[in-house]
Amino acid sequence: MDKLVKSEDEAMLADNARGFLDEAAPVRALRDLRDAGRTHDPALWRRICDMGWAGVLIPEDAGGADMGHAAAGVLAHEMGRTLACTPFLSSAVIAATILRRIGGERAKSAMAAIAAGELTHALAIDEAHKFAPEATAMTAERHGNGFRLSGKKCFVVDGGFADRLLVLARTGEEGLTLFDLPADRAGITRTAQGMIDSRDAARIAFENVEATGDDVLGQVGGAMTALKPGLEAGQAALAAEMSGLAAGAFDMTVGYLKDRKQFGQPIGSFQALQHRAAHLWCEIEVTASAILNAGRVLDTDPNEATLAVSLAKARATSTAQLAVMEGVQMHGGIGMTDEYDMGFYMKRARVGSEWLGDYGYHAEQVAALRGM
Amino acid sequence: MQDDDRLNRFRSEIRAWLEENCPAEMRDGRITDDAICWGGKNWEFSSDAQRSWLERAAARGLTVPRWPAEYGGAGLSRAEEKIFLEEMERINARPPLKSFGISMLGPAMLQFGTPEQKRHYLPQIARGEIRWCQGYSEPGAGSDLASVQTRGEDMGDHWLVNGQKIWTSYADKADWIFALIRTDREAPKHKGISFLLIDMDDPGVTTRPIRLISGASPFCETFFDNVKVPKDRIVGEANRGWDVAKYLLTHEREMISSGGTGLSGGRALGAVMAQMAGEPSAQDPVLRAAAIRCEVDALATGLTIERYKDMAEAGKGVGNASAMLKYMGTELNKRRHELIMSACGSAALEWDGPVGNRAADWLRTKANSIEGGTSEVMLTILARRVLGLPGA
Ligand SMILES: Cc1cc2nc3c(=O)[nH]c(=O)nc-3n(C[C@H](O)[C@H](O)[C@H](O)COP(=O)(O)OP(=O)(O)OC[C@H]3O[C@@H](n4cnc5c(N)ncnc54)[C@H](O)[C@@H]3O)c2cc1C
Repeated sequence: MDKLVKSEDEAMLADNARGFLDEAAPVRALRDLRDAGRTHDPALWRRICDMGWAGVLIPEDAGGADMGHAAAGVLAHEMGRTLACTPFLSSAVIAATILRRIGGERAKSAMAAIAAGELTHALAIDEAHKFAPEATAMTAERHGNGFRLSGKKCFVVDGGFADRLLVLARTGEEGLTLFDLPADRAGITRTAQGMIDSRDAARIAFENVEATGDDVLGQVGGAMTALKPGLEAGQAALAAEMSGLAAGAFDMTVGYLKDRKQFGQPIGSFQALQHRAAHLWCEIEVTASAILNAGRVLDTDPNEATLAVSLAKARATSTAQLAVMEGVQMHGGIGMTDEYDMGFYMKRARVGSEWLGDYGYHAEQVAALRGM
Repeated sequence: MQDDDRLNRFRSEIRAWLEENCPAEMRDGRITDDAICWGGKNWEFSSDAQRSWLERAAARGLTVPRWPAEYGGAGLSRAEEKIFLEEMERINARPPLKSFGISMLGPAMLQFGTPEQKRHYLPQIARGEIRWCQGYSEPGAGSDLASVQTRGEDMGDHWLVNGQKIWTSYADKADWIFALIRTDREAPKHKGISFLLIDMDDPGVTTRPIRLISGASPFCETFFDNVKVPKDRIVGEANRGWDVAKYLLTHEREMISSGGTGLSGGRALGAVMAQMAGEPSAQDPVLRAAAIRCEVDALATGLTIERYKDMAEAGKGVGNASAMLKYMGTELNKRRHELIMSACGSAALEWDGPVGNRAADWLRTKANSIEGGTSEVMLTILARRVLGLPGA
């Protein structure tokens, strides 16, 4: 396996991404979007697709750059640092990984459309207030040559604007089946959720939605074959995003410790705060190892990546939460104001913690794989 | 690819070598002080197996796998060393030798010693012939280590050393001590210290054991009373010993931190939980949750040790990283042993009870975040040197 050090290419990718995002998608951009009452910035996504990021996991013959999961993590980390508001995880990571696993000409053209920024996808999985794909209750009854889907999904991230929905439903005795549907198919109703992180998520109702065999991704009853790698790719990239978020909040905090004066000196000279900051730095460093490792394992041994991915998501969740809590505390009153950016980090950390499995979900995965 | 082939060959070689040379009695995975050979003139081998394991490993350079062959090592690359350790773990082998010579003095001497010193001292360490102890701390110089007062007066061809060290682990069993001695009392405190090598048999050196909360008595007060130290028994230049001392500390900290994740330590909690499967503690959801959290952190900390080694090998500066690993690794190890005690319940409350001497291990880990620099000192180092926060 490649070493746990960023390669030169990865380091360059990170530098370029940072330069671009600082200019094109600072936290200010998310704030402006929120103030305008929007949850998606098509112009930003267009620019990102033009740079090839949407094709990071897509093969070259489908118009992608095929850079791998560690590289996707590098990009997600940088996007997390500035809270860039994009469908990168939903479309370029999760949907792309699923379609790639499915293979074939149709999947190839769908991937090409993702890479080119012509289509966005969202993953409709959750039905209750915790991530539990195996507990899916939404039904896809066989009907004539096809299926009829009925049920409700919630917390469909980027589901308010996505062109297509990847929908997990239960097909009678056969088990879980994954459908790929246009979001405007008859019987689908989308309701925007007013999310605390100002990002997009929707509640989606399916009422006797007609689907054909062509809408099925992979085998009927065999959703997990392609969904599992897609989820793991998404979890790893989300962990990377959250590590970037933690780093962004941490940098703001250390900057503030150096600037803000009380008792005639920078507050960063007080040992109580130095130790809190140093501890947080240690946690961030340890989490960074788990994130890079998850990317490396997904790139070299994708069928055995569950432990590495769940470790990364668990660590990223706890570290991001610590970073924003300590961030607000060490800023004092100003950290609580909407005018200051720290609150955006805190709210995104909370949403990221829940999405695709919370700390408890992933820690249990680790425990099971470690025989505990 | 070629690399992989070469490493695979190395793995089969080392596996065959271990199969042939590691005695069966040494394959029980025990790493407690009484199980491992520490070497030295006065070492009494606990068994013939312990003796021959040391001799065979030393003959192959495997007591110090990464040291150059001319100094008694096997000259392994990091990748090869990793394979060696994996193969050792696979058969549950005890390390053939453990010592402060290996983990502390050796690395410092490789960096700062003269060619003659390396040729003289290092092979003795590698073969386990000479046991070293560390004379840093004094009653008045703990965290503020650079304020050591034990002094060495320049007498022309030797220094005359007087003063007292404390907390000197295994001073009563060691053959030699490496010590921080103030050789210039006028200079600023960091600039008047020399790193001297002193024979514990020299006239004027005495030790007095101190009993620990675990009941064991592994460390001592060490007294120097007009001890004559010849001028060639110095590592680095006179009055520049602080550089050597600090460099050695980075190795000491890495050694201590790996206790929390290393070969057997990393598996200890899971193993105990498995052992307790039928017991009430295994059904306790609160304990289980804490144990899982500890496992998550242990795995990530282990990966961090790997990552920092990879970075060092790639020539990426990781200065002060040892402070991070020391802090995280030792705090983790303390947490783990609290959980092990909880999992064992009252069975662990007896000395040498039904689950072994868990209590002694548990008590011993409390020192991890003190020895080699306390957690608070580590955090201050990180805050100042890595985060660039201002001094008070
Ligand atoms: C089991 C064991 C083995 C040891 N073996 C050896 C050995 O072989 N050789 C050797 O030389 N030494 C050895 N030591 C000594 C060890 O290095 C010292 O105990 C350690 O450096 C701390 O010094 P101290 O005990 O004087 O504590 P102090 O420095 O007095 O510290 C007391 C408390 O104050 C805190 N503190 C001190 N200064 C600061 C500060 N500036 N900011 C915040 N908090 C601070 C510390 O963190 C600690 O919590 C050993 C210690 C133990 C426990």
